[in-house]
Amino acid sequence: MLLNNKRSVRKIEQVALLTDTPPDSQSNLTEAAQPHSPVAVFDASQPLAMSAGVALSPFSIAYQTYGELNAEKSNAILLCHALTGDQHVANAHPLTGKPGWWSALVGPGRPFDTAKYFIICSNVLGGCMGTTGPASTNPATGKPFGLDLPMVTIADMVRAQAMLIDRLGIETLFCVAGGSMGGMQVLQWAATYPERVFSAMPIATAARHSSQNIAFHEVGRQAIMADPDWRGGRYLEQGLRPSKGLAVARMAAHITYLSEEALQRKFGRKLQDRAGPTFSFDADFQVENYLRYQGSTFVDRFDANSYLYVTRACDYFDLAQDYGGSLALAFKHSKTRFCVVAFTSDWLYTTAESRAIVHALNAGGASVSFVEISTDKGHDAFLLDEPDFIATTRGFLRGAARARGLPQDDSSKNESAKT
Amino acid sequence: MTAASILPPPQTTVTRIDLLLVAGMVEIGSRVLDVGCGDGELLGLLADTKGVDARGMEISQKGVNDCVTRGLSVVQGDADVDLADYPDDGFDYVILSQTLQATRNPRLVLEQMLRIGKRAIVSFPNFGHWRIRWQLALRGHMPLTQNLSYAWYETPNIHLCSIRDFVSLVDLIDAHIVKAVAMDRNGAQMRVNAPWWAWNLFGEQAVFLLERGEGQVTPRR
Repeated sequence: MLLNNKRSVRKIEQVALLTDTPPDSQSNLTEAAQPHSPVAVFDASQPLAMSAGVALSPFSIAYQTYGELNAEKSNAILLCHALTGDQHVANAHPLTGKPGWWSALVGPGRPFDTAKYFIICSNVLGGCMGTTGPASTNPATGKPFGLDLPMVTIADMVRAQAMLIDRLGIETLFCVAGGSMGGMQVLQWAATYPERVFSAMPIATAARHSSQNIAFHEVGRQAIMADPDWRGGRYLEQGLRPSKGLAVARMAAHITYLSEEALQRKFGRKLQDRAGPTFSFDADFQVENYLRYQGSTFVDRFDANSYLYVTRACDYFDLAQDYGGSLALAFKHSKTRFCVVAFTSDWLYTTAESRAIVHALNAGGASVSFVEISTDKGHDAFLLDEPDFIATTRGFLRGAARARGLPQDDSSKNESAKT
Repeated sequence: MTAASILPPPQTTVTRIDLLLVAGMVEIGSRVLDVGCGDGELLGLLADTKGVDARGMEISQKGVNDCVTRGLSVVQGDADVDLADYPDDGFDYVILSQTLQATRNPRLVLEQMLRIGKRAIVSFPNFGHWRIRWQLALRGHMPLTQNLSYAWYETPNIHLCSIRDFVSLVDLIDAHIVKAVAMDRNGAQMRVNAPWWAWNLFGEQAVFLLERGEGQVTPRR
């Protein structure tokens, strides 16, 4: 049901009135067509078999790499991005200029050490940063795909990534890691290509989307579709962008990324640059202003149809379903070393969801470590500089590197020199 | 909960002897789950010297991090709650080193251990030791020893038992004692053929290797 009555639309306009500048209708379309990244093109000889039962061809994957692949090709790490992330994991974002989304963990001397590992991160299928998505040109029509792009699943994203890894000449990935929707891709990788994944870090994620997860995503999608500028998904051809709807979708989603405690600590009931309430629907409260800002900046870098596709991919994710309803069967006889990480205040993908994964891995006899990091920063904690999380990641990779016969980092060299 | 966090570190030699005793009961190349594995000292020892497939469970964040850093597979969890998640017969040995007395339901933990593993190895401080009896009987206060140094109002050791009590529990859950060792104050093993009362009086710590009994009912939660 679309929220297309006049009152809802007027409310949405009020939000937009208070957002900064009208969004540049072309900015992320350029990035979708001509990304600031290398692009692997898969032509008619290599179609992508999609879960929806169709073949996608041709298609492209935009990706970034950091560090050097060693001669044995044994030090490659694939990082999988979350819902609205992209391949720019450790470099300045081409549209926003902000540091990469996982700069806290990726770089020289960081846990995902670019001095030791060859790090790959690709934009997901259905994305809008250079990989084939709804904003890409449909070769059959010469126009943007819009909703003509087949529905994308997490398994499709992973199959496409595997084709990229093949293209890069890599047989086995030393590690596949990612948080949130990235964690779903990690689980899918481990289940689909167990022999190609030496170690895996599913972080702040779940093996299936819960009813509440789906519900929040549906709110976001309906906000986009309720925007009159959405035009049934064909807005790009008309030079329009459903920015108001996309901004509201982002605002709603952003609340789910934070904990109540963190919101209360940061904003409480503080007013925004005013002594008292204005008795209007103006953004009196700081938290309102913050959310509106989050919404307004998001629309400058993200495509609304992409948002529909990637949220849907998460909703359809239920790994156990593909294995007769048993998650344990998905990981049976897996030789992959797993490190599952959850955060105490994450209510979007709770510790219980991570424990379900751990339970299944244990039942399947897999090698698994599980850490619950204490933090009040909510789901977003996996993107932040959380010392315990960083230490866990560093330790897990160090142990895995030892098992893989990769050179150890300096600190462990010192340790072994002492003994 | 870890041996290290529950008990103050006893003399290093005693700790080592305790761990070595436990390690000595484990067969080469077996699958081992160490419940309350602390910083992974025992698991590391077993992996290095016995080539076991070493897994652990540990309640403290720091302990898990230390283990993961060592390259061990350790799950953050609580023995009282999370053992229920493990499938039957997943391990050859399930080890509980100096942790039983800090669990909320020692009987259930022991039963879970024997469900998950073919054998269980349990080490614990003996509350029937003469020094402890002496302090309570003659001085009239809760005992404080080298192994049990917490004041009564802050001790995590809520289910202390004597060697005799432990043997009764083993009988109650219909498990078999394959091997039992008691150590005196200096960590030296007591004579194997000493009677139970002597172990109970002079053994400061005990290590038991248990096996599931024929009629044992596997616990379900």
